[in-house]
Amino acid sequence: MAEAILKCSNVSIEFGGLTAVDDFNMYITEGELVGLIGPNGAGKTTAFNLLTGVYSPTSGSIEFCGEDVTGKKPSYITEKGVARTFQNIRLFSELSVLDNVKIAFHKHIRYGLLEAALRIGRYMEDEIRTDIRARQLLKIFDLEDLAEETAKNLPYGAQRRLEIARALATGPKLLLLDEPAAGMNPQETQELMNLIAWLQKKFGISILLIEHDMSLVMGICERIYVLEYGMTIAMGSPAEIQRDPQVIRAYLGGDD
Amino acid sequence: MDFFNVLIQQIINGVSLGSIYALIALGYTMVYGIIKLINFAHGDIYMVGAYVSFFAVTMANMSIVPALLVSMIVTALLGMLVERLAYAPLRHAPRISVLITAIGMSFLLEYGSMYFVSPTPRTFPEVVGNLAYNIGGFVINGQQLLIFAITIILMIILTYVVQKTKVGQAMRAVSFDTETAQLMGINADRIINFTFGIGSALAAAGGVLVGVYYNSIDPLMGIMPGLKAFVAAVFGGIGSIPGAMAGGILLGVIEALVSGFISSTFRDAAAFAILILVLLFRPSGIFGKTVREKV
Amino acid sequence: MIERKVDALLATVGLVIFAIIYGLIEAEVIGPFWKLNIIIICINVIMSVSLNLINGYTGQFSLGHAGFMAVGAYVSVVLTAKLQLPFGLAILAAAAAAGFVGFLIGIPTLRLNGDYLAIATLGLCEIIRIVIMNIDYVGGAAGFTGIPRYTTFAWAFLVMLATLLFIKNFVNSAYGRACIAIRENEIAAEAMGVKVVNYKVLAFTLGAAFAGIAGALFAHCFYILMPGTFGFLQSFNYLIMVVLGGLGSITGSIAGAIVVTGISAALAGVPEFRMIIYSLILILLMFYRPQGLFGYVEITNLPVFRYLKNMSPEAKKAMGMADEADGKGGRA
Repeated sequence: MAEAILKCSNVSIEFGGLTAVDDFNMYITEGELVGLIGPNGAGKTTAFNLLTGVYSPTSGSIEFCGEDVTGKKPSYITEKGVARTFQNIRLFSELSVLDNVKIAFHKHIRYGLLEAALRIGRYMEDEIRTDIRARQLLKIFDLEDLAEETAKNLPYGAQRRLEIARALATGPKLLLLDEPAAGMNPQETQELMNLIAWLQKKFGISILLIEHDMSLVMGICERIYVLEYGMTIAMGSPAEIQRDPQVIRAYLGGDD
Repeated sequence: MDFFNVLIQQIINGVSLGSIYALIALGYTMVYGIIKLINFAHGDIYMVGAYVSFFAVTMANMSIVPALLVSMIVTALLGMLVERLAYAPLRHAPRISVLITAIGMSFLLEYGSMYFVSPTPRTFPEVVGNLAYNIGGFVINGQQLLIFAITIILMIILTYVVQKTKVGQAMRAVSFDTETAQLMGINADRIINFTFGIGSALAAAGGVLVGVYYNSIDPLMGIMPGLKAFVAAVFGGIGSIPGAMAGGILLGVIEALVSGFISSTFRDAAAFAILILVLLFRPSGIFGKTVREKV
Repeated sequence: MIERKVDALLATVGLVIFAIIYGLIEAEVIGPFWKLNIIIICINVIMSVSLNLINGYTGQFSLGHAGFMAVGAYVSVVLTAKLQLPFGLAILAAAAAAGFVGFLIGIPTLRLNGDYLAIATLGLCEIIRIVIMNIDYVGGAAGFTGIPRYTTFAWAFLVMLATLLFIKNFVNSAYGRACIAIRENEIAAEAMGVKVVNYKVLAFTLGAAFAGIAGALFAHCFYILMPGTFGFLQSFNYLIMVVLGGLGSITGSIAGAIVVTGISAALAGVPEFRMIIYSLILILLMFYRPQGLFGYVEITNLPVFRYLKNMSPEAKKAMGMADEADGKGGRA
């Protein structure tokens, strides 16, 4: 088995006495596509926010590529190679589609402040390179014709795709997708799931996918974690998860 | 012993000044609690309150208490009018737009008043008489007693209104969650408007008392106390009524101590230094609650 | 290099305007009153564009820009009037000092957001003013006298032009994009690897440094410098220029500075009216055009510049390269 690039050990977080995520353990190996499912309010997004440094865990540790990143800032964790999308889309809505992606190339910019202000040195080279790479990414997501469009004017599905393109631009080893298919129709969803599976192979990255709809992730994920009330109630292959009595109870017996 | 005397005397002065800050701060804190707006025009409402009572006393020959009531009513109406005309249409606009409108409103009230009542300061007539009580070596004058009395009465009334009446309950509901309150059948627009009215009336009382205390009023008198009252509101915990009372009085005392023991030129700097320290170390203030953004 | 061509065009336009106004001043078509006001407009343009960098581009609501101007003004007059140093050096020192103060203030306060930042910056700039009033070396509350009147139209205009080019290029670089990303969505910016705090402090420091430059130019317009000039009303004045022109538009800030300074000069005889008109403009603007005159639009978006950009060989090459490289698929 490949080396785990992400390792979460006994991570818990409390908000004013309420434990949102309790004793969360997770590993993801290189190139793996993992699903994180659970009913609404199970703590999936909170787990994401812990992994990406938006929240610091109350206890436990998070390791990425052998480095302890517990309590580090989101920008630091992104720099190390973890990128994410947001459940409630967070694009730079007044900016062009192209600029949205260019911003995510931030860590690859080498020119200094003075070079930028006087447009000398590595400025032109870096800007042209960023432009080319950003357009390449947009092409993958079928957005290249919309490059100059203002992000907020995109149709909903295109906004979701742009979020993924933008996350990929940061050059991640691990991509976290928070309900990327939310609000999409079945056909768009299917296309997106195919795209995600394709990205994983093409870029050779690991992907962690949040979904509350179990059937969506069954098809593409290699391994699935199930959360309920902040606790991990099951982990295993899609087939194992489908048979797990606790998961069945959580999804069918509960009334979320 | 001398140090001790100065200390007590400055605390007495500080509580007087602080009571006025507290009266203004209440309006800030209630408005901020409901619509998250720093109402920059609030300090100017206080100035208008001072002028209304000035004209009530000098031209209508009223005594101080009726003049105070007239001033509170007129100013409450003005506050409600300002809210209706300037802020209500922007209820769903970005907050920066409303903030800038508030700055514009503040200028309009200042320079509008300057146009109508002239920029020269007016001498507020003596209404309390030259009383001074000597209690164990410390001097409390009539103005200060008036300030204490009026502030205490108003705060009791306010607490009663907010805690015990239906309107107060609605105010608290709207401040807690405007949308849900509306779903419960509360007319949020009316409540917001009413809150501006109450806040303005309290500020007017502060303006009248400052006129009585310092004997001088001018169209720009609201700027500094307005800012300081906001500092007081932040100090106490913005959105919290007891916080505004405590913050105002504490700020007044601290300012009095700084003028008494360091230098009066640093008095204003002290208020702002407090503001920054509070914001950095306890942004929720003495009585406030912290909230975090949902990601 | 297309972008440099745009720069060159803008600089040329700037220099032509400079030559025309200079000629009119020399020919005494523009009298001393309007000459002084043109210099003030240049200074106000520097102030509003630098404030726009903080408020408009980075989205941090600062209400204390006049405080940094005060730091620059006082540092520069000490250097020229007391130490007899050359004006150019004094301007640089003013920028450094104001930038440094901005940096010091920025580190703690930029953790705050929205209204709290506004009120904290307002408070800090009042503190700066009160501290200056209490320094006897620079004349205290009575003011600093005996300042050499070095600020000519040429100084003011050329420094303004350099400032405009600097800030324009900054906001169009990766640094500027990072700042704009913070304005658009702080959490997403951080998630894209933008060190939000660092960029806020950077924008604040740069904005303060340019305000310091404006302060140095301003101080050397007159024989006397008073600390009272730099109160928060002055900060509001710059805010009005930025908002009037459009938060996030350099063209807007220039227009805002010209309009506001022009109105205020034209109404110099009736100061109460001036402020009443100001306030009405501000309120009506928020009602009917909250994005300001220009919104996010720049003069460089005009068709003539678009044409230049599209026709450039670099742009074409960039597109061609994008097509060609696509086959290989690019991992960033």
